[in-house]
Parts: sequence; structure tokens; C-alpha cells
Amino acid sequence: MKASEVGYAKPASLPEVFALLEKNEDARLLAGGQSLIAGLNMRLSNPTLLIDINGIAGLNTITESGGTIRIGALTRHLDLGASPLIAAKLPLIAKAVPHIAHMAIRNRGTIGGSLALSDPATELPACCLALNATMTAASSKGERKIPVKTFFKGLFETDLKQNEVLTAIEIPLPAAGSLSGFSELVRRHGDYAIVGLAAQGVRKGSSWSQLNLSYFGVGDHPVLAANASEALLADKSMADAQAVLASDLSPSEDAENSAATKLHFARVLLGRVVASMS
Amino acid sequence: MNARDSGLTFLDRPNSYIGRSVPRPNARRLVMGRGTYVDDIRLPRLAHIAFLRSPHAHAKIRGFNLDAAKAAPGVIGVFTGADLAKVCTPWVAVLSHFKGLKSAPQYALPLDRACWTGEAICAVVAETRAQAEDAIALIEADLDPLPAAVDMEAALDPSTPVIHPELGDNLAFERTLDVGDVDTAFRNAAAVVEQTFQIGRHTGVTLEPRAILADWNDGEEKFTIYHSFQAPHMMQDIVCKHLDLPEASVRVVCKDVGGSFGIKVHIYPDEMATVAIAKILKRPVKFIADRMESFVSDIHARDHRVKGKMAIAADGEILGFEIDDLTGIGPYSVYPRTSAVEANQVVNLTGGPYRHKNYRARARVVFQNKVPMCQYRAVGHPIAVMVTEGLIDLAAAAIKMDPAKVREKNVIADDAHPSVAASGIKFEKLSHQQSLKKLLSMMDYDSLRKEQAELRKKGIHRGIGIATFIEITNPSAAFYGVGGARISSQDGCTLRLNPQGGVIASIGVTEQGQGTEAVIAQVVATAVGVPLSDVRVITGDTDTTPYGGGTWACRAAGIGGEAAWQSGKALRENILEVAGVILQAAPGTLDVRDGKIVDKANGNERMPLAELGRVAYFRPDTLPADLKPEFVVTRHYVPKDYPFAFTNGIQASYLEVDTDTGFVKLLKHWCVEDCGTVLNPQLVDEQVRGGIVQGIGAALFEVCRYDENGQMLNATMADYLVPMASEMPDIDVTHVVSPTASSELGAKGAGEAGTAGAPAAVVNAINDALSPFKANVAAQPVTPQDILKAMGKV
Ligand SMILES: Cc1cc2nc3c(=O)[nH]c(=O)nc-3n(C[C@H](O)[C@H](O)[C@H](O)COP(=O)(O)OP(=O)(O)OC[C@H]3O[C@@H](n4cnc5c(N)ncnc54)[C@H](O)[C@@H]3O)c2cc1C
Repeated sequence: MKASEVGYAKPASLPEVFALLEKNEDARLLAGGQSLIAGLNMRLSNPTLLIDINGIAGLNTITESGGTIRIGALTRHLDLGASPLIAAKLPLIAKAVPHIAHMAIRNRGTIGGSLALSDPATELPACCLALNATMTAASSKGERKIPVKTFFKGLFETDLKQNEVLTAIEIPLPAAGSLSGFSELVRRHGDYAIVGLAAQGVRKGSSWSQLNLSYFGVGDHPVLAANASEALLADKSMADAQAVLASDLSPSEDAENSAATKLHFARVLLGRVVASMS
Repeated sequence: MNARDSGLTFLDRPNSYIGRSVPRPNARRLVMGRGTYVDDIRLPRLAHIAFLRSPHAHAKIRGFNLDAAKAAPGVIGVFTGADLAKVCTPWVAVLSHFKGLKSAPQYALPLDRACWTGEAICAVVAETRAQAEDAIALIEADLDPLPAAVDMEAALDPSTPVIHPELGDNLAFERTLDVGDVDTAFRNAAAVVEQTFQIGRHTGVTLEPRAILADWNDGEEKFTIYHSFQAPHMMQDIVCKHLDLPEASVRVVCKDVGGSFGIKVHIYPDEMATVAIAKILKRPVKFIADRMESFVSDIHARDHRVKGKMAIAADGEILGFEIDDLTGIGPYSVYPRTSAVEANQVVNLTGGPYRHKNYRARARVVFQNKVPMCQYRAVGHPIAVMVTEGLIDLAAAAIKMDPAKVREKNVIADDAHPSVAASGIKFEKLSHQQSLKKLLSMMDYDSLRKEQAELRKKGIHRGIGIATFIEITNPSAAFYGVGGARISSQDGCTLRLNPQGGVIASIGVTEQGQGTEAVIAQVVATAVGVPLSDVRVITGDTDTTPYGGGTWACRAAGIGGEAAWQSGKALRENILEVAGVILQAAPGTLDVRDGKIVDKANGNERMPLAELGRVAYFRPDTLPADLKPEFVVTRHYVPKDYPFAFTNGIQASYLEVDTDTGFVKLLKHWCVEDCGTVLNPQLVDEQVRGGIVQGIGAALFEVCRYDENGQMLNATMADYLVPMASEMPDIDVTHVVSPTASSELGAKGAGEAGTAGAPAAVVNAINDALSPFKANVAAQPVTPQDILKAMGKV
């Protein structure tokens, strides 16, 4: 299918973006275009104006300061995966990036686009939840910090307002010795996950002192499996933790898998991911 | 005699290209992006078409409000079924050799009823495709949903609506066969095994979608139709028939084609609508199916439920098979090949590699409100092979015999040919025993079994699956012609020697991306005696190539290749006749090698071909008056002694099942294949590999999922899982060579072998891996959830 006619603007600064957003209620920001353009071609949405943010300087840097890693919203998946800083300080993200789509898509797709879109079966939203990220949203009224726990609102729905641009993602450096684990189930490499788990935690000896189990593909947006991590923090067995997952997650069926199968997958991933964190 | 072994035939000429993996002449052009696909063609006044497609599986079309669409920017015309019926007559896809096959008239656009979700019901032509789509959104269609027949199991229930009431019921075709004494065989068996196999409905996802550009030139009252298609002459004939045009008024040109797999050998209503509209508008009109409409308008394939039963003796002898096949073909039999062929093949092929004499079969073909089903790569084969090989593995387990042993004991012996299978199909020469032996040594079967046993102790569950297959290739007129279809089984090749020594070959078989042009060039270069780079091949043009069938059912190399061979030999003779006069030598003492006339005995150069060309074309005055150089020759070929040149082979799969998740990891795949003379080993091996990948798609990934209302649920590339490289195993391919004696080249087809055997090899391997759990799967595609369910884990 071919997209309907749509306007296009490529401003060079954020204030210009804000002005265009205020003036055009059904404008859409264009980042990597890997989801948006496909959606336009499929005529899923029909905006009047695309505001291309690729010309804005400074939105694609990754920096560290004061115990926080700051990732610019326009950082491409490929650059995120290749960043030595990310590999050293946020290995969870480095583990997740190769699972995002295919090379050609990672070459264009951005972390900001991924979070703003909030596809429930994707890797980076779940990583941000596991890592307790904070989103920076900017508009003509200034900047607003949104903690990840209130950022994801529903299916393809976030706390971002129509007139806001997601400019950066801030992630606190995990405690020294913190461990990460990542795994997802896909029929074909690069597919959206059937079920995935991004985990970050701290272990003292054989006991966990902190553990974030961030699941994706099992709800409208990534979910922390609080009861399962509580069970593991309380030194309960893996089987116990897997059993209580049913109270944390309520996946819905997809074309190939029933809800029960997806819960089964989530349990298998729990065992495997936690075992891999060492 | 096997030409390749003798060392004395023309095939072993000093400059033979046959049997060599020479690069494809068109590969560089295509890789550089300089191919010409239909969508690359830009004509003046080109208009673009988009279709409104039915959102219902079955609906009465009460009418349309087209005012807004007609007034939309860029719109040139809006057309309904009634408009097109004035210029294009409907068709009914039946063939007289399928007794009782029935179907209903199908129009370019339906007159008053939509019969599947995705059926084109109205067309908009505009200056751009985007404008046409904008206007489509403005059409108000007054559709009255009707009860739909969706489930093929229920198609014949009295409570199910009859899709075409004038036909009486939803049964399109039925065939039964009863050979030998099946009941006694089953009564005397040591074990009788039974299984119901489901083969999912899937489709062929071509890289280039269906595409057609019809250009009616009113000045010369002639169509030029650029078409992404396999059989240009067939299309020409059908356009003539249904638009009431003389043959001279229709030229069909198929330039580069980006894959077809059988998808592009059928008559599609939306393509006929495009042709009809171009005639009405008197201008070029283009239709390119987009990916999403392809899923609901390209033919679907398979969709079979087969109840199978097999009897085996205690010593492993197969005593008989019984099958009951049911297949749903959508609301119409597809024109002109019909949708009865696949079920018919299932009956013909099941049990085919084996010696048993008792066979009972029934196949029923039913109508339903889903996308029409028709021939796709390896028609019927993967179904027959799955049923046969799946039952053999069950039987082997029942009598506790190694599955490879059961096959060894039962395949028709290599020295028993010519032979006839229980179903009546005739084999000229097959090599099951050699192939099986080669396979077992290639995969190191015994070590693999040991490795499997060792790993099982560690909780790693691997499986080995084997599948023997036969494949129908080089079809004679028995396939379609005898049933009344105007589809050519013969093909011709015309060669022209140019003054500088170059050769132009034009041929009726077509290039779909599989390498036909390369093979034809190799054969021509070898037969004439010129460097490969001096041969240019023209295919896919009804005005400039000899009349032919095109590409389907594995015939381009076997049939087209032989026509090229005979033509090349004839041209060489003509060349030597003239050379003999110029050189004052007996033609029999001369030869053409590497573009030069040489002494046959010692290869010494006598004259370059360019010199011969110079004299013949520019100084014919220097030649004797009675010498008439004939440097254009044509030869035709059609197989006559056998209805089909059957090939055979065997595949094996080695895989690992993750018993926690039900995920399957393919570790390795092997194929031994016998397509007779191998003209280009690399092309043959890649055909086999590509075919195997499509077979793996059927086994594990691909399925058109429908809900109970007849809506296809996964009609996007994100949801319809085509097999991708990351998940594919290494595939080892090797050959046994049993040339057919029907032709001098001895080549048979190789394009469908991979698809025929791969699903059964993979599914058998999964069941082998699951055997410690007493779990078994028999519905394709096999999903992780299916495996978990079979194991009782979900
Ligand atoms: C075949 C395929 C497979 C894929 N598989 C995966 C996968 O496995 N995992 C995965 O994570 N992704 C996958 N993707 C999606 C890909 O990663 C996208 O790049 C990503 O989801 C969106 O990023 P983008 O930069 O392309 O955003 P765009 O497509 O440009 O935009 C997406 C949406 O976000 C909005 N937006 C973009 N940037 C901002 C911003 N800074 N502030 C506010 N709103 C913004 C846009 O307006 C739009 O609504 C796949 C895509 C394809 C085509």
C-alpha cells in the first residue's frame, strides 16, 4: 500500500519542533521511521504533518555524569549496541540490542522511537523498566522528568503528551557487582518477542538482595514480576518463584500461543535467565 | 547410455559447459539493480489501479455509491463487475480428464457476490497508486454478509451453506482408487498404524509480488502486456479467448520475474480486470499487488487433512496403504489448471517409492469461502510424502525396526525399472537403493544414532528423520493438454548465428530467477561450440520466442534444454556445411570449438566463426550459387514415451527439540537427489536448497490462519512466518545420476524435489526426538505449543 499525502518538515532545533507541534495537532514526530513509515503505508494513521527530528543536533549522544548514563532519544539501536560505555556500564542493554529486529532496522531505529511507540513485545522498554530509567520529555513549557514506572500507560500508550518530545533516557548506574540477564523467545531471529525477560539484580553469595524481573510480551507494556522476585529475594526455590509468576503476569493469547503457553514460556525464561546471572 | 560416463559423446566436447557451475549471465545485472521488473516499466500516460477488496468471506453485493471516489483527485475511472463483463467473459476451471470436476463461472470482478475475504470487488484507476487507494477509501459498498462455509471438514454437511447453489453441493471433485486386496493385507499385518495428518494452508511469498501492466494501443489494435508470469503463451491465449481478440492482437512480455513458485502460473481475476480496463481506457494500466493484498489474493496452497493407514509385516515388508484426503480449495477451481490437481497427485504419489501392491485411496476436493487454492511448488508431493513417510516411521516403531531399514527393505529396486507403482504411475528409471545408501553414508547414520543415544542420557533430545520421495518432472501433454487446457507441453528454441560469431537463442521456457537462461546458454554454447559469453538468451515474449509452455512442474531444463540442444546441434551442422565449402574440407572432418572452426581430429584452428560470418553475411557473392547458408534454426521437443519423467531422492533432517519450550533447532539437513543429467551443479543444488527451505517453512512456520468467519488473521509479513536464513540448517546436497532416455541430454527436473521431501524429514525428526516421551505431532506447521501439548506440558 502507499501512504496518503502527508506534509513534511525538518526543523533544525527543538524550539522549532515545539512550535510545529503546537500549531499542528495531528503532527507526528519522525525519528528512525521504522515503525511510523510502515504504519503510514498501511494507512493505520493519517497525520497531516511529519516533523523529522533527525536534523536536530545533540539528540544522539550517550554520556555519563554523576552516577547516571544519559542516552539521547535519537540514538540508533546500532550505536547503542556498539557503545563501549553501554557495554561496560549497562550490559543489560548491550545484551538486548542484538535481539531488536534486523541490522537494517537497527541501523535507523532509535531508542526514543522505541520507547515512544511502546510496542508491548519490544526489548528496550523492558530494559528501561528493569534499570529504573527516567525519561526526559521536553516541550515549549520546558522539561519534565517521567519515572519509567509511570511512563508506560497502556497498549502503544505512554505518558508523553502530543506537544512533547522525548529527548533523553537517564539510567542510574547499577550498584557495583549488579548482574544482568536477558532472554526472549522468538520463532525467527529478529521477530518481536513472544515472551521476553530483562533482569537486573544484586546477589550476595547465593541470595538475591535486589532483583528486577522485567517481562515483555505478556501484557500491554513491560511488567515487573514483583511476586516472583520477592520469592527469590526471600530465598525461595526457583519452582516457587515460577509458580507465583501466575500472580504477576496475565498474558493474552497470540496467533500461535495460548495464554497458558505464554505463562509457561515466562516460567522457563525465569529459570534460565536467573541461572545465567552470575 | 549415460553420456557423462562414456567420455565419448558430444557432452564431453573440449568446450562443454554442461555439468559445470558456470555463473549465471543475468546475475550481475540483477545484483546491480539493473533488472527490469514490471514495476520498473514507465510508459507515457501510465495509469495505476487499486482494488476494493471484500471485507467479508461471503457477501451479496447490493451495489456501490461511487460518486465520491469518481470525484477524488487523480481518478480516471471506477469499474465494477458489470462494467468489465461487457469486455471480458467469465471462465470455468474444469478439465475433462478430471471426471466430475465442477466449478462456477468466475468474472474479472464479481457481478453480485463476493466469495472470499480479499476478493477484488471494485477497481479504481488513477494517476498514482496512492490516489487510487485514497479513492478506494471513499467507495460506499452496500454488502450484505452471507453465511460462510469456512471449515473444510464441515463443507459437505447439510447445515453448511452451498457456495454455488447451482452446483448442488460443495464437493468440487472426488477420486477413488482401489488396487490389490487392501482388506486382506491389513488383516494379515503384524501391525497396522494410523494417523491423521494436517497439512496447513500456506502460500508462496514471492520477492516480487504479482504484477501486470496492460497497454492497449488503439492505433494498431494491439495489446502489449508486461506480466510477472511463468507462462506467457498461456496468458496470451486466455486474453484472446476472454476479450475476444485474435492472437495477433496480444503480445505478452515477461521480463525479469522475481520468483514465482507456481503463484504466477494462474489466471487471477484482478489481473484480467487490469487487462479489461486497459482495453476500455485505451491506455496503459498497471497493477502491482502489494504484500498485504497478496496474502489474500495470491493462490494459497495445500490445506489437506489426510487420514492414513498402513499395514506392515513382522519382517518389515510394507503390505499396503489406505488414505482419505480432504482438501479445501476456496470458492472456485482456479483457471485454467484447476484446483483438482493437488488432490489427484496425493492419490498418485502416496506410497510411490515402495513395492507394495495394495492401495486404497479417496480424495475429496471441497469449496469453502477462503482464498482460492491451487498449484504451488511440488504440487501434492509434500503431502503424499508426509503421509507415506510418517506412517512408515510409526510402523517401524510398532515392529521395533530401524526406520532406515524399513525403507531399505521396501523401496523399488534400482534394477526393477521400468516399473509401475500401485497407483499406476510409471517409472522409467529410479535410484532409491543407491540414494538411500549414499544418504546413510553422507550423514553417517550409525554414528548419528549413537550420538543421539548418548545425548539423550544427558537430557538433550535430538531427532533424525528420513523421507524418501519421487517427483513428477518433464510433463507431457498428459498433465493438462489431454484435459482440454490450451497449455503447451512442447517447447521450441530458435538459434541465430550473427556475423561476429555470437548466437542468439530464443526459447519458450522462462526465467523466474531460477537460472533457466544460464542453463539454456550452457546447452547452446556446448552444442554449437561457442564461448558462453557469445550466447544471448531471450525468453518470455510471445512475439519473439517459439511457442511454448513456460516454466512449471519442473520442465525448463528438461524440456527447454533438450530443444536448445537439438537446435544447437542443427545450427552446428549448418555452420560446418558452409565451413566445409569455404575450407574445401568434408564437413565431417571439421568441428566448431570455442568459436572457431577446427579440424575435428586434432583441434587445429582453421577459421574463426567471425570469418565465416563475414563471408556468409557480407560476401555471399564469393560462395557457390547453390550454397544457401541457413544460420537460423529451430527445433522443438516434447517428451512422448512417458507421461512424466519421474525423479527420486531422499532427505534427512537432524534437529534438537528444546523440551522445556517446544522450540526446534534445525542442526543439519541432507538431500540425495537424482534429476538425471546435472546441467549446472550449482543451480541444481541451489534449487534443492531453496526448495528444502520452503519445505521447512511448511513444516515449522508458514500457515494462513483463519478465524471461524473466514477472516485471515496473519496477512502481514510480521505475522505470517516465512522461513529465514538464521533458522536454516546447513544443507548438504549430492546426486545420483540416472539420465532419462527420453532425451539426448537426459536431464529431468530438480526444482521441486527439496519442497517434496523436507516437511516429512523434519516432522519425522521431531517425532523421533519426542519418542522417549511417547509424544507425536502430525499437524503442520508444528509450533512450539503443539510440541508442548503433545508432551502434556501445557
Ligand atoms: C520488520 C521489523 C521488525 C522489528 N522488530 C523489532 C524488535 O524486535 N524489537 C524492537 O524493539 N523493535 C522492532 N522494530 C521496531 C524498530 O525497532 C523501530 O525502530 C522502533 O520501534 C521505532 O523507532 P523509530 O526510531 O524507527 O521510530 P519512528 O518509526 O520514527 O516513530 C515511532 C513512533 O514514535 C514517535 N517518536 C519517535 N521519536 C520520538 C521522540 N523522540 N519523542 C516522541 N515521540 C517520538 C513517532 O512519532 C512515532 O509515533 C521492528 C521494525 C520492523 C520494521
